[in-house]
Amino acid sequence: MRYLPLQPEDRQAMLGVIGAGSVDDLFVDVPASARLDGPIRDLPMHQSEQVVERQLTALARKNQAAGDQPFFLGAGAYRHHVPASVDHIIQRGEFLTSYTPYQPEIAQGTLQALFEFQTQVARLFGCDVANASMYDGSTACWEAIVMARRITKRGKAILSGGLHPHYVSVCKTMARFTGDQLLTSLPSLDGSAEKEMAKLIAAVDSETSCVVVQNPGILGRIADLSELAAACHAKGALLVAVVTEPVSLGLIKSPGEMGADIVVGEGQSIGVGLNFGGPYVGLFACADKHVRQMPGRLAGETVDAAGQRGFVLTLSTREQHIRREKATSNICTNSGLCALAFTVHMTLLGEKGLRDLATLNHALAVEAAEVLTKVPGVELCSDSFFNEFTLKLPEAARPVVRAMAEKGVLGGVSLGRLYPGVEALEKGLIVAVTETTTHEDVQALAAALEEALA
Amino acid sequence: MTVNPSGWRPEAPSNDTDAAPTTFTGNKALMLEEALLFEIGSIDRTGVDLPEPPRVASRLNGLERNRTIGLPGLSEPEAVRHYTRLSRQNYGIDLGFFPLGSCTMKHNPRLNEKMARLPGFADLHPLTPVDGTQGALALIHLVGEWLKTLTGMPGIAMSPKAGAHGELCGLLAIRAAHEAQGDARTTILVPESAHGTNPATAAFAGYAVESIPATAEGRVDLDALKAKLGTHVAGVMITNPNTCGLFERDMIAIADAIHAVGAYLYCDGANFNAIVGSVRPGDLGVDAMHINLHKTFSTPHGGGGPGSGPVVFSEALAPFAPLPFVEQHGDKYVLVEEETVAEEHHEKAFGRMVAFHGQMGMFVRAAAYMMSHGADGLRQVSEDAVLSANYILRSLDDVLEAPFGASGPCMHEALFSDDGMAEGFTTLDIAKGLIDEGFHPMTMYFPLVVHGAMLIEPTETESKAALDQFIGALRSVAERAKAGDPALKAAPIHAPRRRLDETAAARKPVLVYKDPPLASAAE
Repeated sequence: MRYLPLQPEDRQAMLGVIGAGSVDDLFVDVPASARLDGPIRDLPMHQSEQVVERQLTALARKNQAAGDQPFFLGAGAYRHHVPASVDHIIQRGEFLTSYTPYQPEIAQGTLQALFEFQTQVARLFGCDVANASMYDGSTACWEAIVMARRITKRGKAILSGGLHPHYVSVCKTMARFTGDQLLTSLPSLDGSAEKEMAKLIAAVDSETSCVVVQNPGILGRIADLSELAAACHAKGALLVAVVTEPVSLGLIKSPGEMGADIVVGEGQSIGVGLNFGGPYVGLFACADKHVRQMPGRLAGETVDAAGQRGFVLTLSTREQHIRREKATSNICTNSGLCALAFTVHMTLLGEKGLRDLATLNHALAVEAAEVLTKVPGVELCSDSFFNEFTLKLPEAARPVVRAMAEKGVLGGVSLGRLYPGVEALEKGLIVAVTETTTHEDVQALAAALEEALA
Repeated sequence: MTVNPSGWRPEAPSNDTDAAPTTFTGNKALMLEEALLFEIGSIDRTGVDLPEPPRVASRLNGLERNRTIGLPGLSEPEAVRHYTRLSRQNYGIDLGFFPLGSCTMKHNPRLNEKMARLPGFADLHPLTPVDGTQGALALIHLVGEWLKTLTGMPGIAMSPKAGAHGELCGLLAIRAAHEAQGDARTTILVPESAHGTNPATAAFAGYAVESIPATAEGRVDLDALKAKLGTHVAGVMITNPNTCGLFERDMIAIADAIHAVGAYLYCDGANFNAIVGSVRPGDLGVDAMHINLHKTFSTPHGGGGPGSGPVVFSEALAPFAPLPFVEQHGDKYVLVEEETVAEEHHEKAFGRMVAFHGQMGMFVRAAAYMMSHGADGLRQVSEDAVLSANYILRSLDDVLEAPFGASGPCMHEALFSDDGMAEGFTTLDIAKGLIDEGFHPMTMYFPLVVHGAMLIEPTETESKAALDQFIGALRSVAERAKAGDPALKAAPIHAPRRRLDETAAARKPVLVYKDPPLASAAE
């Protein structure tokens, strides 16, 4: 048992100090009926590192890793190249094996990195401040709705049809229990960003706490949020913007710049990787004036007893460990290490690298869209897009995706998977293109699509 | 505030000669000062090389960014050095003893990291067609089966992202179960000694919260609990072992009383490390419990996350577990998502708590840890964790006040109070003194039911020599606090920073870096 340093003679000596005859004496408060008399049956006994590695590697091999074939999946999780030094940094024991920085004198590394993270996120989103991370984009989205309710003291949120359907599900699940009213709708294959904005503007009223809009939307369309922001503000409502692909902000205007009051997002595409859906990193930013209504941890600057600059967790009177049932959220553990990965990757990119990366993503996506729309019967539904667009196939997309996967092409995410049972969307296929996509990959997808549709 | 603007040369004068660095750089040999990224980077510097993009007509709907974002970059050597220097200002388990009560800071095996990075897990998209994810679904199923077996409970939800999210999952299942019977209950009972997340979660789930007092010996007051129970109570959240480090002896009677009024027993599983492999919560009458994989199953804390908080359920609550979940059908694994609900008769599932399927990276690490330990090793884990905590309790109860020391053995945490310190000396001083001794302090001022609480959780991964060194150091610091040693008030003096002014930080929050006016004009 390689993780257990105590030796039999240590245990005997320690029991002597305690004055107990055996370890069983220390479990005396456990009802006898509940104390197991030996190792739990039906579970294997301990195993060597080599054996465990062999078993888990066998399981890993049964999966279609993204890098093993042409790959075009997105819809809220994106494959980007993460520089090797990002993983090196986050595996340093001082970061990996540290705790929430409750003792700031020996946690300046984590705290300063979080301060850098908050600054990067705030600037990327065009907001005044950002917190030290949430679990992921979907939970950050619900927290933004709750925060808007607290600020406006209104209970009705309007969710755009362009919001990721899993995010909508999370919000609906929570709203069912909290009594918040949610207005939701579906995206439309023959819609446009402008039509969606007009619909939302018409829906905002004086009972609306917030409008939640994802940009780019689930089908890839990019909207100008300015008029919607103005419409919200005219009715005393807040505009909550959701960003699931932060790389897009290297090229397009930030939601904050367009008037959003709270901007949340999924930070996975910078530094974190796919990980079959988690862990990811929720991003959360807002205007200065709302900071005391924010959920989650915040790192802030201060000085130490000798006058040197340092960082601490601050404004914790918002949080559960101080405020208990009056806290702004129940969140405690967040996504610290993923936030660090985000920050290291963003630092390696810098503004120039981020812009270049975004430009490359967009250019490759535009090229791919041109190639794929030449496949007979395939139409482009996204009048505008960044690195992800939706195609309308002549038939239901879900079986097509499965057929392509069997032939070794992961060709995109079908709307049938995301919106089960919605006939109007079943022909939709979301295709994501990043810097990891090659021209050969695009040709392979075009061929696979043509074959599957033939 | 113009403190250390360049990051290189601390400038504020101090009367305290210990604090004043005497070097040109402000560095002290291996203790290296590091400026902020925003003070050393620039927006045209980068640490990545990218190919020239093909020229295309933009499809961005005319929404191109036309202003500077303000994201400085660094070349790779600069970036690696910047974050490596920052890392050295952190304490971690790899470096030393980290007895943070309630947090279970145990050794993080590197095998777990290696396994989580296998491309079949790390480079797998969550929406890959399920035939191409059979290994991943098998792994989620495997971890779920281990957790169900270890807890003796039949149902599980794997998707919650951390402990508090697991609490929320458990309470929503309770609420869904009551609602399914048309029973609108309003209140959750929580002991005074509970983690702050318990009442916060109950409120987040839309419940009123009432607290239950503790007995003088640090356990739930069963009579007081019974007096508060009624048909308005949806559930009771109990931490067991509790936050005073004690096993709730009356747990079965507590469960019976709760069930008698049609309410459910939620167990906060943060302290599962004390009983894993030795006691199954299902045998105690628990209806729902979250398990912090980042505590008991040693996925790393990473400076505050990510965690993972699967929830196990009793027979009564299992049907309400949220989507998605994995089921084994013969030799095939099925991911039950929205579309499969009706056809598979999972219509009671209360909804979805996250996008995608939960913390896969953490499941892989936990699997590697469980498989390494096995049933025998996990039992030894709880026994050694409890043994080590009792060893600390009995080695120090002559110098520190152990408020529940007479209540019998503790479980995996030893609890002391600041009783008997010299006038003006507190738990904070002892904690900061421990920093100078090279240890991470214990949890301070929690649980709230004990004055100046010091909650020490050694875990099972410390050698006797490490425990003995810590005991000696804490004894020495406690004696200084009792003697009123004024030098202790200045601790820490050997850490990268002296005591930090948290009041100033909260009064005028500086939460993001603001470029100095000159620098931004030059851009």
